[in-house]
Amino acid sequence: MKYMDETAVLKQIKSRIRKNNIWKSVFFIATILALLALAMLIGRIISQGASFIDWDFFTNFSSRFPEKAGIKAALVGSIYLMLVVAPTSVILGVATAVYLEEYAKKNRFNDFIRANISNLAGVPSVVFGLLGLTIFVRMLGLGKSILAAGLTMSLLILPVIIVAAQEAIRTVPKEQREASYAMGATKWQTVFCVVLPAALPGILTGSILALSRAIGETAPLAVMGIPVIIHFLPDGLLSEFTALPMQIYDWAKRPQEAFQSVAAAGIIVLMIILVLMNSVAVMIRNKFQKRY
Amino acid sequence: MVQTMSNGELKIVTVAERNPYGLKEPRAKKKTSVFSARNFQLWYGEHHVLKDIQLDVKENEVTAIIGPSGCGKSTFIKSLNRMVELVPSVKTNGEIIYRGRNIFDADFAVEELRTKVGMVFQKPNPFPKSIYDNVAYGPRIHGIKNKKLLDEIVEKSLRGAAIWDEVKDRLNDHAYRLSGGQQQRLCIARCLAIEPDVILMDEPTSALDPISTLKVEELILELKKQFSIIIVTHNMQQAARISEKTAFFLNGEVVEFDRTDKIFSTPRDKRTEDYISGRFG
Amino acid sequence: MAQDIGRVHVIRHLIEKSRDRKIKKMIEKMMPILLVLAASVCIATTFGILFTLVFETFEFFQRVSIIEYFFGTEWYPFSSGNPSFGVLPLIMGTLKVTIIAMIVAVPFGLAVAIYLSEYASGRTRKFIKPVLEILAGVPTIVYGFFALTFVTPILQIFIPSLKLFNAISPGIVVGMMILPSIISLSEDAMNAVPNAIREGALALGATKLEVALKVVLPAAFSGIIASIVLAISRAIGETMIVTLAGGAMPSFDFSVTGSIQTMTAYIVQVSSGDAGYGTVIYYSMYAVGFTLFIFTLLMNFIAHKISKRFREEY
Repeated sequence: MKYMDETAVLKQIKSRIRKNNIWKSVFFIATILALLALAMLIGRIISQGASFIDWDFFTNFSSRFPEKAGIKAALVGSIYLMLVVAPTSVILGVATAVYLEEYAKKNRFNDFIRANISNLAGVPSVVFGLLGLTIFVRMLGLGKSILAAGLTMSLLILPVIIVAAQEAIRTVPKEQREASYAMGATKWQTVFCVVLPAALPGILTGSILALSRAIGETAPLAVMGIPVIIHFLPDGLLSEFTALPMQIYDWAKRPQEAFQSVAAAGIIVLMIILVLMNSVAVMIRNKFQKRY
Repeated sequence: MVQTMSNGELKIVTVAERNPYGLKEPRAKKKTSVFSARNFQLWYGEHHVLKDIQLDVKENEVTAIIGPSGCGKSTFIKSLNRMVELVPSVKTNGEIIYRGRNIFDADFAVEELRTKVGMVFQKPNPFPKSIYDNVAYGPRIHGIKNKKLLDEIVEKSLRGAAIWDEVKDRLNDHAYRLSGGQQQRLCIARCLAIEPDVILMDEPTSALDPISTLKVEELILELKKQFSIIIVTHNMQQAARISEKTAFFLNGEVVEFDRTDKIFSTPRDKRTEDYISGRFG
Repeated sequence: MAQDIGRVHVIRHLIEKSRDRKIKKMIEKMMPILLVLAASVCIATTFGILFTLVFETFEFFQRVSIIEYFFGTEWYPFSSGNPSFGVLPLIMGTLKVTIIAMIVAVPFGLAVAIYLSEYASGRTRKFIKPVLEILAGVPTIVYGFFALTFVTPILQIFIPSLKLFNAISPGIVVGMMILPSIISLSEDAMNAVPNAIREGALALGATKLEVALKVVLPAAFSGIIASIVLAISRAIGETMIVTLAGGAMPSFDFSVTGSIQTMTAYIVQVSSGDAGYGTVIYYSMYAVGFTLFIFTLLMNFIAHKISKRFREEY
């Protein structure tokens, strides 16, 4: 006995194929719209801000008058900020990753560290701002300084760097470690001279991507009360400062229409920095990708 | 045949019950072709994999395809239900006629072709669903929603794949809990559920242990009473045991295609002889 | 010949000497300790966050009753005469934005993920994935600016009653922001479904749509759910978009066209204002931060549990 009615099945196939084609175009259109959203975002910001970028924009401090406003303090502040964040977060992150991948035994303490890292990765950045405000700005008395903001940002991106470094270390083949041990190298020598150099491209890529997140992050700075009207360049790590995203935030919320163009111009500068950092990361990744 | 029932009684199982497809007397008249490949060629990118294949597959027979690795036998069987087109760079030329229609014709939808031409894969590939849902998947997508009807189809297909007795009490178990051999028979049941005309088998026992292999082979002998079967196999004994016709593929060409007993006893081509006597491959 | 043997001896000697060096032994002993110290920074950070939040929230509840905080439906901390601290309006604001974001991001994200994993050719994927990575790397302040100066004015054309600060525009843009993470995590989950299973379905005459909806989606279900829960967590914690485009007027209602305030936006509002250290308003910031922390922690925990189960499936 046949259960499947051949003509009915045949008739259905046509409508099923039609349904497939309709949904395929729905999925495709959704994808195009997602890409279009990005295009609109970029197009809008460029059209609004590009004409505002000139040499003065880089050499002026912020101002009450949109035509005189510039990003000198913010740009220099962001660079200083990175000078704190980059070494702190990379050293701590890589050290933690090395510990977890090469030294840590399976025990409660190390599981606890791992759980901590994955939890921290999900904590909203605004909460890190509260941490920075309480511990660094007030308790340790660092004030609204580059150091306080830099340490806060370092903690914020630490989980990202740890995870990236862990993955990079994991891709180093076991045979390379064994080869090093077989020549009588100690554990640290093996880690430092064999594992880390081999994992370096992956670590660099991950670190640059994490730093590019730190450079665009606004919320922690806003919560720590980093000022926006700064008419001097920082003279040390304990100096007050402002940063690019804070400056953009300040301009964006001003009521005068003209400041929107200034904000857009600031965004363009920020995005160019991000694109440069990302391209370096991608270049490193592509150059070293297929080594094993 | 005698079977122990769940209540302990013995029951005589009739042939019809054991084999719900029913036994058919072998036809005396000349068999019709289900598949015929005419000048069929296939490339993966620049790589010419199948060269000028001519092959006629008859109804209700087991046709075995043998040959060394890389000879194109798997590619050929996957061409018959156009699964080969999942590889992006595939180009084909020539015709494969299924029951009078070229399978590459624009108005012959692949979905329709694959409804009629079922396939069993090298490694068992059940869906990550229950045993029941695995078998019911095909009928469901083809529009059968009636629960009672589905139950009947599932039972019939599982019986047809000789796995009903092993799973009838746990149809809602996850298919991954079955052994490899059971999974493969489940995949055969899944294929039977859409009542195909031809069943393609791509080295169906290569991932199985010898006992499971034997079970699947017995099943194939049972199934050929109802279906035309084309089987790719690495194992020449298997081809000899279960097939009526054997095609020997080498470097993308059909070297020899004949009755299985002839191929194995008096091959016409030197290369066939070398291969079956184990000189290469 | 004799010279060579001599050289071998020299090398041996050097190796022996270096092995005995104290400094080397010390490094070998010190490094693990230094590394543990570095790894402990993460623990210290977690404790730092908890300590900060719990301590200052405790101070807050010395001044405002817990009942009022959790069940009050009015949030007027800056009212000079009679301030009220009911957190529900802030939670409401957060929920409005999160729900709108999910309405945008989930269907779009799944559609794009299905397209990429089931339909798109290798070349299309190679083009689209980096573009999505760019979308994921755009700072939220940029999205906030976009919401305020572009999305809101456009929406106002279609919804004349829409205020300058509202829930719809930041909701849509937060959805845009979390779209890449939903896409890439869901697509990962779908890609983890072995191809053999897809082939099994195609060989039965299934269309790609049937393969996607009836085989791949159910198989990747927990991974997809985990990606959505993670996205919810990010939407709840998102700050700059809602600060710029959502406004600063929390209210306990279901209107999405008027001004709102989320928990995150309130924290920024207080900290960038003049609320002095030690005032109730100052401490309220931590109470709200703590509430937010619990919300996101819960979401991350759920996502973690779901994706852990998912990993055991194949």
